Amino acid sequence: MNTNSNIYTIIYATIMVVVVAVILAFASSLLKERQQRNVEIERKEMILRSVQLGADEAARASDKDSYIEAEYARYIKDSSINEQGKDLTLYICTIESGERFYVIPLRGVGLWGPVWGYISLKGDFNTVYGATFDHKSETPGLGAEITTPMFYKQFENKRIFDDSGNFVSVQVVKGGADASSGHEVDAISGGTITSKAVEEMLLKNIKDYTSFFAAKLKESAEKAAEKAAEIQPSDSLSATPSIQVNIQ
Amino acid sequence: MYKKIFTEPLFKNNPVSVLVLGICSALAVTVKLEPALVMALSVTIVTGFSNVIISLIRNTIPNRIRIIVQLVVVAMLVILVDQILKAFAYDVSKQLSVFVGLIITNCIIMGRIEAFALGNKPIPSLIDGLGNGLGYGIILVVVAFFRELFGSGSLMGYQLIPASWYIKNGGFYENNGLFILPPMALILVGVFIWVQRSIQKELIEK
Repeated sequence: MNTNSNIYTIIYATIMVVVVAVILAFASSLLKERQQRNVEIERKEMILRSVQLGADEAARASDKDSYIEAEYARYIKDSSINEQGKDLTLYICTIESGERFYVIPLRGVGLWGPVWGYISLKGDFNTVYGATFDHKSETPGLGAEITTPMFYKQFENKRIFDDSGNFVSVQVVKGGADASSGHEVDAISGGTITSKAVEEMLLKNIKDYTSFFAAKLKESAEKAAEKAAEIQPSDSLSATPSIQVNIQ
Repeated sequence: MYKKIFTEPLFKNNPVSVLVLGICSALAVTVKLEPALVMALSVTIVTGFSNVIISLIRNTIPNRIRIIVQLVVVAMLVILVDQILKAFAYDVSKQLSVFVGLIITNCIIMGRIEAFALGNKPIPSLIDGLGNGLGYGIILVVVAFFRELFGSGSLMGYQLIPASWYIKNGGFYENNGLFILPPMALILVGVFIWVQRSIQKELIEK
């Protein structure tokens, strides 16, 4: 058979493309459910990690997936708040002691693709309890290092409001963060653009929530003041939170 | 004969240091040892399978569109590897991220199909593919070893240089930032080629 004739070439190409397309479509539909489950599990694992739950235990658990599902169902409540016409997702985590953490989902743009993460705040809506980040396609060994504990552990106990109550977020600083400032963490060598992307992402995403936090703080301050006034009128000042939130 | 097909590309006829193929990804994934190892494994799988498939259909491929046919087969394999990793080894697939897709453009794969699989039976083609994938892997691991050791002071993510040695902790040592940047990979590959040529005199041009 003449394998160089036009008709043979066209038929060959057509059959090849159809066969390959069928194989790929079949593989994709067969694996889709599992892949989506992996993505969902990963999302839940990240939220749990941002409130410092389950990371080590999950790695040790024999069935990691169901462990994470169970932990998530136990601690995390999805909720959403409406702020200036935007629906904002907020995950509320309640641990055994009754303490609550508020998890904010983050979305941003890295060097090669999207970066995302979760940051959890303590009940004062100011102190960071934990953070975790991930990315689609940052450079391994450089920007991709934002997923390592070495990077995200730095965020713990940083504050997103300065002393006078202005929203400053947390800065990712090149060449040595000032540990005493409470608003700075170290960037990654060789991953400056990704580090800056994380900083930008924190600033943009948390900003939407600040007015909600302010309202919440005011509410709890009033409640605390009322309570304090009932019991001991002279002591009411100490019951107000240490910061006042200004909204720009 | 099979042994020769397998061992030649490991050092004597290495695809990176002698044929100078696949340099691009050798620069990109060698900052750390771990991604380099996973990348080496994935490339070996793809070179092996693509060589076998092309070798099986080698007598039916119309000559004028053979590059396209090869590309389609390689692309299909890479997508399959990527999908399977995503479903069953999600963590590994995340580590490799873009580089799984970039296997398609690895010159070694097309090079071996053109040079070997089109003219040989499936079993020698498989061995040739595996040998070349591993030959590529050896370079990756050697380069990544030095880059991670001197650039980050660690290997496989474990810190080897004691923290107290660093200048910022009052010591005398500082990681060499040049090792993290791509040009260092090129310099290291160059050094590897230099060493190889002083061992294998027959490589030196007259």
